[in-house]
Amino acid sequence: MIPELGHYALILAFWVALAQGVIPLAGAATAQTAWQAMAKPAAAVQFGLVLLSFIALALAFVGNDFSVLYVSQHSNSLLPTIYRFAAVWGGHEGSLLLWAFLLSLWSVSVALFSRSLPLAMSARVLGVLGLISTGFIAFIVLTSNPFERLLPAAADGRDLNPLLQDPGLIIHPPMLYMGYVGFSVAFAFAIAALLSGRLDAAWARWSRPWTLIAWVFLTFGIGLGSWWAYDELGWGGWWFWDPVENASLMPWLFGTALIHALMVTEKRGGFKAWTVLLAIGAFSLSLLGTFLVRSGVLTSVHAFAADPRRGVFVLIFLATVVGSSLTLFAWRAPQVTLGGRMGLISRESFLLANSVLLVVATGAVLLGTIYPLVIDALNLGKLSVGAPYFNTVFVPLLTPVLLLIVPGVWSSWKEAQWRVLFHRLKWVALGSVLIAGLVPAWLQMHAQGDWTPTISLGLLLGAWIVGGSLLHIVDRLPKPGRVPWSYWGMHLAHLGMAVVVLGITLVKGYEMERDVRMGIDDTVSLRSYTFELKTVQEVDGPNYKALRATLDVKQDQRVVAQLQPEKRHYFSSAMPMTEAAIDTGWSRDLYVALGEVVEPHAQTHAAQWNLHFYYKPFISWLWAGGLLMVLGGLVAALDKRYRRAASQKDSH
Amino acid sequence: MKSRHKRFILIVLGLLVLGAAAMLILNAFRSNLVFFFTPTQVAQGEAPRGTTFRVGGMVKEGSVLRDSEKGHFVVTDTNQEVLVHYQGMLPDLFKEGRGVVAQGKLNAQSEFVASEVLAKHDENYMPPEAKHAMDQAALRKAAESVKP
Repeated sequence: MIPELGHYALILAFWVALAQGVIPLAGAATAQTAWQAMAKPAAAVQFGLVLLSFIALALAFVGNDFSVLYVSQHSNSLLPTIYRFAAVWGGHEGSLLLWAFLLSLWSVSVALFSRSLPLAMSARVLGVLGLISTGFIAFIVLTSNPFERLLPAAADGRDLNPLLQDPGLIIHPPMLYMGYVGFSVAFAFAIAALLSGRLDAAWARWSRPWTLIAWVFLTFGIGLGSWWAYDELGWGGWWFWDPVENASLMPWLFGTALIHALMVTEKRGGFKAWTVLLAIGAFSLSLLGTFLVRSGVLTSVHAFAADPRRGVFVLIFLATVVGSSLTLFAWRAPQVTLGGRMGLISRESFLLANSVLLVVATGAVLLGTIYPLVIDALNLGKLSVGAPYFNTVFVPLLTPVLLLIVPGVWSSWKEAQWRVLFHRLKWVALGSVLIAGLVPAWLQMHAQGDWTPTISLGLLLGAWIVGGSLLHIVDRLPKPGRVPWSYWGMHLAHLGMAVVVLGITLVKGYEMERDVRMGIDDTVSLRSYTFELKTVQEVDGPNYKALRATLDVKQDQRVVAQLQPEKRHYFSSAMPMTEAAIDTGWSRDLYVALGEVVEPHAQTHAAQWNLHFYYKPFISWLWAGGLLMVLGGLVAALDKRYRRAASQKDSH
Repeated sequence: MKSRHKRFILIVLGLLVLGAAAMLILNAFRSNLVFFFTPTQVAQGEAPRGTTFRVGGMVKEGSVLRDSEKGHFVVTDTNQEVLVHYQGMLPDLFKEGRGVVAQGKLNAQSEFVASEVLAKHDENYMPPEAKHAMDQAALRKAAESVKP
């Protein structure tokens, strides 16, 4: 009964979303306030209905209702309750319902927090969001219904893919989707601006906090995904240029360009057309990401969908969204007023360079991700684009972006002096060069690894950003005047980026791994650490049986950690799963994975196992840096100037 | 400097940067394309020597051999087979009778030495490439059985 209610609620939500889309937009076009005023209540009702649908599916999972096909495919009665709930988004249909749910959540949030917006503007924004919701709910109801019944009901479910039975699954997709879906708000604002012909600093001030928060969620989601892959996949890897990873990176790159371009529009009224295009692009890439993940065309760690119908639907949806928004842009953009003038060296020019470089980087990633699909679709062969392509292309393109952070922060609007910048920053530059040269030399002297030019480049960039940002803060604080929150947000985010760059540089430059077979009491050493295999036992989990190894980790004869890697066999699956053991630290991670049992030792006939050891220096800096960026974005979004407008309106 | 000149310089600089970026991208792209071949194609000599490529299909039952740090297995598309040498640990989802894709090169003895072995991500999924190889072989078999 409950699944049917969920299904019915979803169908109703389709009609409400359609109303939310069509009526307010028509009302804004014909200046009918009654119709425009329908947007907010419609968004609220749509949210309520999709929420009901979501709850219905969640209840089916938690209650082990295996008469629902989707539940039987992705859950199991032995699955711990929390994973039964998270399994709602463990597969295609449920993920889409999550998407639709989060979209309705963002829409109702816009409805609640848009008191300072003129009615026509909020009507347009909510109207566009309503149209997008309509498309997504239609997709679910027509091609990917999570409430389809399986009759007769299965006795038990096929279980959630063991790879997904991890805390990471509980938050990674929701966070990522919050980001993807959040860019639909930026998109809606851009379309609303084009429709109204009003694209000014005020519009940028309304649009920016929503875009920042979407960016924050996407950053968090990507960082979490990377950490989860590291933690869960057992190979110590954290980024594979996998098409699905790229699908999340591309909107992030555009989103980063967007939040910076919006600054120019907000402060100087410039870059208007560019900002609108970036907003359209960021959302289009989110939709493209959805298409890539949901149409089964990829060989990657994530693919779940295998129905060509779905791919076609998303492709048509994507084409409609991109086509109509770009057409609208071409039609209305000339009416959008031009921005102010900018000097060759000014904050604007650095931000423009930032935008252009990020867009080019996105294009490069897009090429590498899409090309195999296009070639395959045209039956010209099957090929893949290797990871070296992305690394070769991405590093040179991101290097100037990172370098320009510091002069961008130090330059004033409209016109900055090259001489002044040089004078203020020369010591930071010198210091960065010294660090880039001396640190690798010192590390090489202590046999920590060989120097490569990339290591110095990464250290240079990291030190440059840290030095330039800290100096800016030290320089600013003694001066009079209030320091706005956006100032702290900016520096936190930039420092976070620097920490990530340093982490990546050091881990890729100095990591070490060893693949050995060991028996009980055997030892292996990696850098200054010694690993001793103490025991290997069989243990029972809630829905699996595992082989668990216990290792003592010693440094200078003292035990510093105990690691227990496992090889799990889930009852519902014939495939084993590696549960790596990680000892996390600020300066290094020690990572051990247990492989298969191998033949006993030739002489002693003692049992032996294959074990994989990794030494990962400074890898925790990647996650820490990501969190700093998230924090920075949040702090910037909560800046008073975004909240002031709202309270002023209220006081009337 | 006149603003017109400034704008001109800016545009030229921008175009130069874009041009350099495009060259960099296309160059890196061309040198990193990895083509996929079915075991039949490899057996017929269609696969390149000395360049990295991928071969995929099903792991032949009983063909997996593990030595101290390396081993080998046979990839088949039910028509032809390829012997694949590998080093280190195989991925968890690798199993006899299941789909697999290996990336590597042919050595001087025309044996495939894998630098990476990719297995599927859940037991009911076969990588499109491996499936493609099997489908091609099945088609070929069907065509042959119809010949007079």
